[in-house]
Amino acid sequence: MATRRQFIRISAMGAGAVMAGAAGLRLLASEITDGRKASYVALTGRTPTYCEVCFWKCAGWVYRDDKGSIQKIIGNSEDLNCNGRLCPRGTGGVGMYHDEDRLRKPLIRTEERGMQSFREATWEEAFDYIAEKIKVISAEHGPECIALFTHGSGGKYFSTLLRALGSPHIAAPSYAQCRGPREVAFQTTFGEALDSPEPLDIRDTRCLVLIGSHLGENMHNGQVQEMSDAIDKGATIITVDPRFSTAAGKSKYWLPIKPATDLALLLAWINVIITEELYDKPYVEKYTYGFEYLKEHVKNMTPEWAYGITTIDPTVIRETAREMANASPAVIVHPGRHVTWYGDDTQRLRAVAILNALLGSWGRRGGFFRTETFELPEPPHPAYPTPKRTWRTEFPDLYKLADTVLANGVCDATVPDPSRNCKFQGWIVNGTNLMETLPNQANTLKAIQELQLLVVIDTMPMEITGWADVVLPECTYLERYDDLRVGPHRKPQIALRAPAAKPMHDTKPAFYMARELAKRLGVIEYFPFEKMEDQLDWQLKQVGSSLEEMKKIGVKTFDRTADNLFFYPDEDVEFYTATGKIELYSTALEGAGFDPMPKYTAHEEPPAGYYRLNYGRAPMHTFSRTANNPNLTDLMDENSVWVNPRVAKEWGLSTGQYVHLVNQDGKRSEFPIKVRVTERIRWDSVYMVHGFGHQEKKLRRSYGKGASDTNLITKVLVDPVMGGTGMRGNFVTFITDLAGEEVVS
Amino acid sequence: MRYAMAVDTKKCVGCSDCVVACQTENNVPIGYCRDWVVEVMDGTYPQLEIELRSERCNHCENAPCVRCCPTGASHIVDGGIVLVKPNKCIGCGACIASCPYDARYPHPKGYVDKCTFCVHRVSQGMKPACVSVCPTKCMYFGDLDDPNSDVSMVLKKRKYKTLIPEAGTKPHLYFLI
Repeated sequence: MATRRQFIRISAMGAGAVMAGAAGLRLLASEITDGRKASYVALTGRTPTYCEVCFWKCAGWVYRDDKGSIQKIIGNSEDLNCNGRLCPRGTGGVGMYHDEDRLRKPLIRTEERGMQSFREATWEEAFDYIAEKIKVISAEHGPECIALFTHGSGGKYFSTLLRALGSPHIAAPSYAQCRGPREVAFQTTFGEALDSPEPLDIRDTRCLVLIGSHLGENMHNGQVQEMSDAIDKGATIITVDPRFSTAAGKSKYWLPIKPATDLALLLAWINVIITEELYDKPYVEKYTYGFEYLKEHVKNMTPEWAYGITTIDPTVIRETAREMANASPAVIVHPGRHVTWYGDDTQRLRAVAILNALLGSWGRRGGFFRTETFELPEPPHPAYPTPKRTWRTEFPDLYKLADTVLANGVCDATVPDPSRNCKFQGWIVNGTNLMETLPNQANTLKAIQELQLLVVIDTMPMEITGWADVVLPECTYLERYDDLRVGPHRKPQIALRAPAAKPMHDTKPAFYMARELAKRLGVIEYFPFEKMEDQLDWQLKQVGSSLEEMKKIGVKTFDRTADNLFFYPDEDVEFYTATGKIELYSTALEGAGFDPMPKYTAHEEPPAGYYRLNYGRAPMHTFSRTANNPNLTDLMDENSVWVNPRVAKEWGLSTGQYVHLVNQDGKRSEFPIKVRVTERIRWDSVYMVHGFGHQEKKLRRSYGKGASDTNLITKVLVDPVMGGTGMRGNFVTFITDLAGEEVVS
Repeated sequence: MRYAMAVDTKKCVGCSDCVVACQTENNVPIGYCRDWVVEVMDGTYPQLEIELRSERCNHCENAPCVRCCPTGASHIVDGGIVLVKPNKCIGCGACIASCPYDARYPHPKGYVDKCTFCVHRVSQGMKPACVSVCPTKCMYFGDLDDPNSDVSMVLKKRKYKTLIPEAGTKPHLYFLI
């Protein structure tokens, strides 16, 4: 939180201590003569972009000053994702461009992995090195032993490269470390995954239920905006969270639930809605399958039963269930996004999906809308070769409902194991700091040491780049073209990203890198266009636009071509499930050997003197990738551990004091973390914002600031349904004696 | 004409977008800010309340910073906007000491700097940068003398407060509660 107090402290350090090199002050002497003009910056031209600081991909305009340097980024008012308003990270995207710690040249490792010794290389050298290794691995083990880990726009091109070579192994940590369980839960219930941005009609909802989803702290821009619209219109917000989140502060009901018991609350809500006959009867009858089974299944899961588990008063459980029913169908039980918590996450999200189905909110105004994605022709290329092996063969009978490659699965299958005959030999890591993304860092490091090739593509020196054989410095999104953003949203819409400045240093776009590698590996026919702008222009001309037009408007909206945004009254809807209905009773889960309806199972509780480690987001940061951004670090430069005053008293902790955290396996935080004593957290858990405690010294602003939650997540609760890595089963205690340790602050 | 701003504490999520947008709009050096976010929490678990406020210069009608300025650098322009002329400012800091809202800071270039209500934008018919960027649309700006301005309309409709009213500064920054 950027408080004035904090800024006074910062400014008291004097100009010398102020971070150098960032946006800086570019005032002309003549401008200083008048207070009105003092702050005015002459702007010269604007370029359309869509943001890459997080995954929401808001479209905006990049403005340059009279020297051509990037000055500010403003949302595009036509954009459905942001409605002309970027979030702090999008506004602070300028810092990604100006960050003086950026990667500047291709690097090749000179000593053993992890020694951080690299030499600068030319692009030719770097590409040749990588291509040669890929050839050797492909010849010895097959191309499918090369995997891609990706987050963000550049992944598309490396994905094309890998598919062209014959590897299907494209893993995104956004699945098994984040929203995967939710996607499987909604697929098995409604026959469709939710995708991103989620199709939630929050602006017209009358009741929004947030379960551990801290909207407002996670700045999922469009949703935060619509939550604000809903507040304006008097919608009821119900927040379930052991922590008094920002959203809880906006809520009519805050349910301070005992951590790890959410599923019991959800089942009790379902019980109330069925027992009191509050569900949308015609909807349930027309569209759903398995209502009678569900009714029988939840009959004993009363609010009184849930009270003993969740500590939530049965009266409140009933009252909130009735609030939802009163708002039905304009009610959203929010599916959340980062939902890999306890290992039974698919089942918990199934309960969320079932609750929405009973309330009739799917396909209804104020509930879930039907999205449309713009259909853009892909540049012509030959069919991809059929891979000889897939990761599935290495995990027989496991994670049967996973519909994408698991990042943690690839990691596991890189460590030699007598039960597997394939082992991954090469990783290409694009835009994801695996060390902070995958839980159980020791396991990730073990896998890395087994590799013949590790290529990392990033704009910043992150922890993972330190382990690479070759580091390819990417230019930021503000300096490159990328594929068009195509949706999904209420209407089909396309957004252009064009370079607002020439790439700083010796950096290149991912498209160029992938294509150069394709050239060397004999698969150039999969990249028919030499330049991204030619490809974009070709694609745009197929759909009646052009690059020239898009440069002027940034985003273009089209009319819907398919069905209505919501179900018509009595519309016959075919759902993509085995029964063609919304499956309250899941035939797919049953068929795969899992519970067809969610059951509550108790999770392990913290031992005496330990507290459950919960983690989350701050609105001004994305994952671990923004901790060094000068503009965003200025708003929040370290995280703190939230401690309930009762706990603080027991340990003699006070706000501002630094402590180490140590988990149930004896893993100690790499750096000390500041204590924040606050009533906003339950006594049985602690909380910290993810993405701090960087160990990479090249991140000069963020090195050693705060602690990393990932560091303390050594116990992973794997979801048997789809392989998600539950990360909220770790418990920590405090080490208050820092024994003369120096604190970076 | 009396420019004023109202901030809806029921909608503000404290994301600090207003702070970054101000910095990039007005070239405020990294490490300094013209606006900031305050969080006030009250109660004990689980009976809690929280108020989030985006704060800045209150553009007071009775501005102590203007009265105490020895050089006339601090002044009030049309619309009641309190500004500083950097070339007249000697950086003495009297205004910083006199401001009950802590709204001013010493700019590294030697003068005192503060929120201008983005007068350069407002004079062109635009809203201040913080108002335009806010994802929650929690800020309302306009002329108090115009009954149809965003700010007049919202102040008619909603309960509000000002900060430290006992200082008698007649602030033009309102908080909807």
